[in-house]
Amino acid sequence: MSDDDAVMCAGLEYAFGETRAVDGLDLSVTTGEVFGLLGPNGAGKTTAIRCITTLLPVPAGRIRVFGHDAAKERMAVRRLLGYVPQQLSADAGLTGRENVALFARVFDVPRRERARRVAQALYAVDLTEAADRMARTYSGGMIRRLELAQALVSAPRLLMLDEPTIGLDPIARTSVWEHINAVRRATGMTVLVTTHHMDEADQYCDRLALMHRGKIRALGTPQGLKSELRERRGPDDPPPTLEDVFRDVAGRGLDSEGGDFRDVRSTRRTAARLG
Amino acid sequence: MSAAPAAPQPASAEPLGTAGALDLLLVPPRPRTGWRVLPARAGALCAVELQKLRHDRAELYTRAVQPALWLLIFGETFTRIKAIPTGGIPYIDYLAPGIIAQSAMFIAIFYGIMIIWERDSGILTKLLVTPTPRSALITGKAFAAGVKALIQAVVVIAIAALLGVALTWNPLKLIGVGVAVVLGSAFFSCLSMSIAGIVLTRDRLMGIGQAITMPLFFGSSALYPVSIMPGWLQAVSKANPLSYQVDALRGLLLGTPTHLGLDYGVLLLAAALGILAASSLLGRLAR
Ligand SMILES: Nc1ncnc2c1ncn2[C@@H]1O[C@H](COP(=O)(O)OP(=O)(O)OP(=O)(O)O)[C@@H](O)[C@H]1O
Ligand SMILES: [Mg+2]
Repeated sequence: MSDDDAVMCAGLEYAFGETRAVDGLDLSVTTGEVFGLLGPNGAGKTTAIRCITTLLPVPAGRIRVFGHDAAKERMAVRRLLGYVPQQLSADAGLTGRENVALFARVFDVPRRERARRVAQALYAVDLTEAADRMARTYSGGMIRRLELAQALVSAPRLLMLDEPTIGLDPIARTSVWEHINAVRRATGMTVLVTTHHMDEADQYCDRLALMHRGKIRALGTPQGLKSELRERRGPDDPPPTLEDVFRDVAGRGLDSEGGDFRDVRSTRRTAARLG
Repeated sequence: MSAAPAAPQPASAEPLGTAGALDLLLVPPRPRTGWRVLPARAGALCAVELQKLRHDRAELYTRAVQPALWLLIFGETFTRIKAIPTGGIPYIDYLAPGIIAQSAMFIAIFYGIMIIWERDSGILTKLLVTPTPRSALITGKAFAAGVKALIQAVVVIAIAALLGVALTWNPLKLIGVGVAVVLGSAFFSCLSMSIAGIVLTRDRLMGIGQAITMPLFFGSSALYPVSIMPGWLQAVSKANPLSYQVDALRGLLLGTPTHLGLDYGVLLLAAALGILAASSLLGRLAR
């Protein structure tokens, strides 16, 4: 539990009425790494992320972001964060550039460097040419990259991405990840990401946590998690994939929990809104 | 688009740092502190409102239709039958400030629905994770409503002038009109955002919104003087900020007797209380 960690959660709990969405989460994300949070629908990933972003109220002492308490120093925490929520959430009634400029303004980018900073953020996600088109004309992949630009414009130290590739085709997915990685190489920022795509987790994350029913059930590098399962199963089985690890951890409870209508609904709504 | 091979792929092809093209993305901006935060955030949100209006001019035109019809049909008719005691001025003149206030209120009341929609679409969520205190976000929205209502007021004043209403062109008085419109809109937008924070869903808010705008409008001095109302409605009207707004607008635009000090006092207080209430309820929309 060092203050050098980008994120530190200790015994984090959050309940929606009877639903204990996060139920004693211990987590530490090291500065500079790409940390993947995996888990079945309803595992509590989004809720955990929303606690860390200060959206949901938590008691003091549970969450630290670069040493700042998420309950007591909200503004300090928010200044260090770039956040892309699970839904596609660009403002369809503005151009791409205006969407990014809004975030530059609310992060106090001074007027004289605002235009250049916004242009750089758009360039970093390869939206320079589409910048002055209305966001409602963007494809899903472009919206995700636009949101990435919105998050990057304030030079955050921690990028929080909640299923950044949800609903994207394979090419758009790769493109989003390439931009995340390129930006990370250039800036050295820490990335906390959730995803349902095991191949992405395997390929792009330095470390993974498998979450289930509000708790972390397994933690390690993709390679480490796989070889751990292999050791348990014995060398006769075929080499396990990350998906096998996922099934092994979450499988027991999957049937009873299944999908979550709320998320499906919000995804649909986004799709409808963006036409 | 994302896969177009012809498009330059700066981020994936070259490490970004080399050209120095992303130097600014490495430096966090210096935070504003203290009292400067609020006006800066309000300014940002007002700017967005203006940008949206610029992209969607049609909204400006369609919104002008209803007040124009009110003035044209209701105003012209009641001017002829002289049924309402207006203190000697033509009814359409008397009505014009009421319609300015009405159309501003309709715009402002829409903000509750808008904030729920922004919550559902994730836009609000992202704004709530920026270093923007909730009160600043609400103040920003309230002033954005004011800016939009102000533009609408200009349109209605122009329509009224075309219909031959004798309005003042004294710039000081017009500034006073602007202030009253902004304060009134700030209150009504906060009223509706507060209700949004209580009911949380768009459907319920739509119902309530319609249920309150009607009595707010008819229970005010927008259409007729308070003195001809039944006693209980007079009491409603006394508690209704719209009445004070209309009183100020009428006094400034037509030169009728008025109580500007009281009017602005009530509007200011109402706006401040509205901002307070809506900010404290905003957290419910974040969950
Ligand atoms: N606003 C809310 N109100 C009530 N219950 C909620 C709310 N948000 C989440 N939940 C519940 O909390 C639990 C965890 O949800 P959460 O969205 O954090 O899961 P997740 O791991 O992000 O799932 P997914 O992979 O589907 O996005 C679920 O059972 C969900 O139904
Ligand atoms: Mg989720």
